[in-house]
Amino acid sequence: MKPLRHPFWQAVAILVIAYLLIAYGIPHLPQLVGMESAPVPGSVVLQYMVTVLVGVLIWVSDSDERWNRFLEPVRATMVDGDKRWLRLGLLIALPLLVGLLAFRQVRQTVAAPPSLRSIHPAPPSSITFRGRPLNLAGLDNPLRADGSVAEDYEEGKRVYYQNCLPCHGDGLDGRGHFAHGFTPAPLPFNDSGTIPQLTESFVFWRIAKGGPGLPKEGAPWNSAMPVWEDILTEEEIWAVIVFLYEQTGATPRTWAEAGEGGE
Amino acid sequence: MSGRRLGMAASCLASLALVLVAVHVAGAQEPAVAGPRAYGSFPWIGSRTAVWIAAEVHLMFAAFVLGVPMFAVVAEGIGIFGGDERYDRLSKEFTRLLLIAYSATAMWGAVLVFFLTTLYPRFWAHMTEIFEVSMWIYVGLFFIESFTLYLYYYGWDRWKKGRAKIGHWTLGILLNVWGTAVLFIADSWLTYMMSPPANVGPDTSPAMVQFWSAFANATWMPINIHRLIANVVFGGSVVAAYAGYRFLSARTDQERAHYDWMGYVGNFIAIGALIVLPFAGYYLGREIYEYNQQMGITMMGGFMSWLWIIQAFLIGVLFLAGNYYLWVGMGRIPGAERFLPYTKWMLLVLIIGVIVWSTPHTMIADRAELEAMGGSHHPFLGVLGVMSAKNTAVNLMILTTFLSFLLYRRANRRPVVSWARTGTILQAGLFVIAAVVVLFYGVYGYFVSAIVRIGFSVYQVLAVLATIVGVVALDVAMLRGSESRGEIRWGQMPPRSQYALFVLVVTFTWLMGLMGFARSGIRQHWHVWEVMRDTSEWAATPALGYAAQVISVCVIIFLGLIAFIFWLGGLVEKPQLVPERGEH
Repeated sequence: MKPLRHPFWQAVAILVIAYLLIAYGIPHLPQLVGMESAPVPGSVVLQYMVTVLVGVLIWVSDSDERWNRFLEPVRATMVDGDKRWLRLGLLIALPLLVGLLAFRQVRQTVAAPPSLRSIHPAPPSSITFRGRPLNLAGLDNPLRADGSVAEDYEEGKRVYYQNCLPCHGDGLDGRGHFAHGFTPAPLPFNDSGTIPQLTESFVFWRIAKGGPGLPKEGAPWNSAMPVWEDILTEEEIWAVIVFLYEQTGATPRTWAEAGEGGE
Repeated sequence: MSGRRLGMAASCLASLALVLVAVHVAGAQEPAVAGPRAYGSFPWIGSRTAVWIAAEVHLMFAAFVLGVPMFAVVAEGIGIFGGDERYDRLSKEFTRLLLIAYSATAMWGAVLVFFLTTLYPRFWAHMTEIFEVSMWIYVGLFFIESFTLYLYYYGWDRWKKGRAKIGHWTLGILLNVWGTAVLFIADSWLTYMMSPPANVGPDTSPAMVQFWSAFANATWMPINIHRLIANVVFGGSVVAAYAGYRFLSARTDQERAHYDWMGYVGNFIAIGALIVLPFAGYYLGREIYEYNQQMGITMMGGFMSWLWIIQAFLIGVLFLAGNYYLWVGMGRIPGAERFLPYTKWMLLVLIIGVIVWSTPHTMIADRAELEAMGGSHHPFLGVLGVMSAKNTAVNLMILTTFLSFLLYRRANRRPVVSWARTGTILQAGLFVIAAVVVLFYGVYGYFVSAIVRIGFSVYQVLAVLATIVGVVALDVAMLRGSESRGEIRWGQMPPRSQYALFVLVVTFTWLMGLMGFARSGIRQHWHVWEVMRDTSEWAATPALGYAAQVISVCVIIFLGLIAFIFWLGGLVEKPQLVPERGEH
C-alpha cells in the first residue's frame, strides 16, 4: 500500500498500533498464554504514549529526506487550495479536541482523585512493642534461631486462620471474603513483589503497628490493617511471619552484610 | 567595555563578595550561639524556600565553574599535543565565560551564607563549630582558584609557545585541582548533614565532634565522585548549548562550521560522561542504604520514589537527545549513509528502554483502576517496576548510545589494516556478549533473593564497561592510518538538531535540582540526620509538586543568567575562528 510507505502515515500507524497495544494488548494478550494482566491505568498509558510520540518524532526527523517527506502532507493541508475543507475541518476539530481533553481533566467527578501512594513505607530504626523498645535494624526472626520451624509454622497457621484469613485469603493471595471492601486490596503474599522483597523485621513492624503506625511522610495512607500488637503477642506475630514465608515458598530478604547495599 | 576591564570588574566583585563571606563566616558563631533565636523569617516565600533557591542556583553555577575548566583543560591539552589550534581557541573561549560565571557563583554563595546565618542561626552555629577550619581553608582556596583563573586567562596569549605553553596548561590543571578541593570541602558539609558519624547524637556538643570523622563521613566520597562526573556532563552540555545558540545566530559559513564542531565536542563530552554517571549514582545509593536503611527506603521506595520515575524519564530524554544529535549529524558525514538503516533499531531499543525504566512499580491510578488491578501493582507490568528490569534497560541504553558514537566515529573512515574485518566481527561479538550478559542477569534476577540480585547489577555494569573498553581499544588500533571517505561538512547541520543541545542543558539542569531535592529531602525533618531536629515552621518535607515548582524557578533563574553571560561573552570579543584543519 502506497500510503504506508510515506513517513507521515507510517508515523500515524505506529502511534495507533502503539496505543492499541498499550490500551488493549497489555490487558488481554498475556491472558491468552495464561498470564495474569489488567487494564493499564490512564497515567501509564499517557506516559507510554508520550515516549512513543517522542520516538516517532525522532525517527521522522533524523534525516533531511524523511523529515521533508513527513512535512509534505502537513504543508499541503496548510497551503493547498484543494484542501480548503480539510483545513477548515481541522481548524474546528483540533480546538474542540483540545477543549474536550481539558474538560475531561477539570470536570467534577464523584471518584476520589488518583493519589501518589508509597508502597514501601520507610520503617523506623526502632519501635516500641507494648512499651518495650525493639531495634528493627538488623533484627532477624528470633523463632528461626530458637525453635523448630515446623512448630512455628503450625502456630503461625493457627494465628493466620483466626485473624488474617478474612482479608488476605485462603490462598494468601489478598482475596479474602472481606477483601472486596477495601481499596487498595489487602496485600497478596504470594506476589513476588511483596514479602520476598522485605526483611522479616519490616513485616513484623507492619503487622505490629498496622495502618495507624504508618510513617507521617507518606500520609494520607489508605490502610485498614489493624494494630495487631494490641491483640497478638510478639511470639504470635513472629510465628505468623514464619507461616507466610513457608506457605508461599518465599525467602525473606536478608540484611546486607558489610559492603552490600539495598535496592 | 574591553574583555580585560570586564574581567577586572568581575574579579573585584568576586573578591568583595568573598571577603564579606569570610568576615561573616568568621563572625557568625558568637551571636548565633549566644542569642536565643534559632530561626529567622523571610518574607513571602519563607526561610526554607529562600535558602533552597540560593543553595540551588549557587550549586548550578558551581557545577558550571567546576565542569567547564575540566572541559577547557582537556581541550587545551588536545590542542597542544594534537597540534590542532581550534581546540586551543575553544578552550580560551570558554575560560572567558568562566570569569563572569565565577563572580555569579561567589555572589550566590554569599547570598546563601547570609541567608543561613540570618535565617537558620542555630543550625549554622552548629556547622561552623564543627567545620570552622575547613571553612577557612575553603575561602582561601577560592582566592587561590580565582587568581589561578585570572593567570590562566590573561596569560593565554603571552604563554602560547613551547615550555611556556606547557606551564600555562599546568595552570589549567591547577585550576581543576583547586576547584576539586573546593568541591570536596563543600561536599563534606552537606554530607555531614545527611550522614553524621554514628557516635554523634542529639546530646553531643559540636565541640566534641571529631573533625575528620564528620568531614569524611559515610556519603562524602560517593557524593564527591558523583558530582565530579556530573560536573563534566553539565560542563559539556552547557558548552554544547552555547555552541547551539551561536550556530543558530551565526552569519557566516565559517562561524557555522566552528560552532557546529563545538556543539559536537560538547555533546560528545556530555554524553560520554553521562554513560558512567549511573554507576556513580548507584554507588551513592548503595552507601545511603548502607548508612541507614530507613533513609534508603524513603529515597527509593517511599514518597521520594516518584522522583526516580521522573528521573528515568528525563535521563531517557537525555539519551534520546544525545543520540538524535549524532544521527542527524551523520547527514554531514560522507560514508555515514551505510549506517543509517541501523538507527531505527537503535531508536527502538532506546524507546523500549525508556518505557521499561520509567514504568512505576506503584502506579498512579484512580479507584476503578486500582480495583481492576487488584492493588497498585499491575499484575503484568509490575515486573518492569523492579530493579532487575530497570538495570537491564539502562545498561542496554548505554550500550546502544555507545554504538551510536562508534558508528559516528567510523562513518567517514575506511580501515586499511589487514585484520579490519576480523576486528569488526570481534567488536560485534563483544556487543552481543555484553547484551546477553545484561539480559541474562536481568531475567535471572527475578528468580533469586534480593540480596543476590543486588550483586547482579555489578556483573551487568562490568560487562558493559568491559565492552566499551575492549571495543574502543580495537577501534583505535583498527583506524590507525585509515583512509578518509571524505571530509565532514562542518556547518551543514540542520538547525533542528541544535534544539537537541538545548534540550540536553535544560534537562541536565532540571535533573540536578530534582535529584538534589531527593538527596536532601530524605533527611526529612532533620537539619542533621538524627542529631539536630528542624523545629521551624518549615520542618515538614515539601510536597513533590511544590518542590518541582521551586526547582523549575531555580532552573529558569540559572538559565536566564547563563544566557546573559553568553550574551556578555559575545559582547566582549568575537572568538578568533581558526580554519578547520581536517575532519575528526
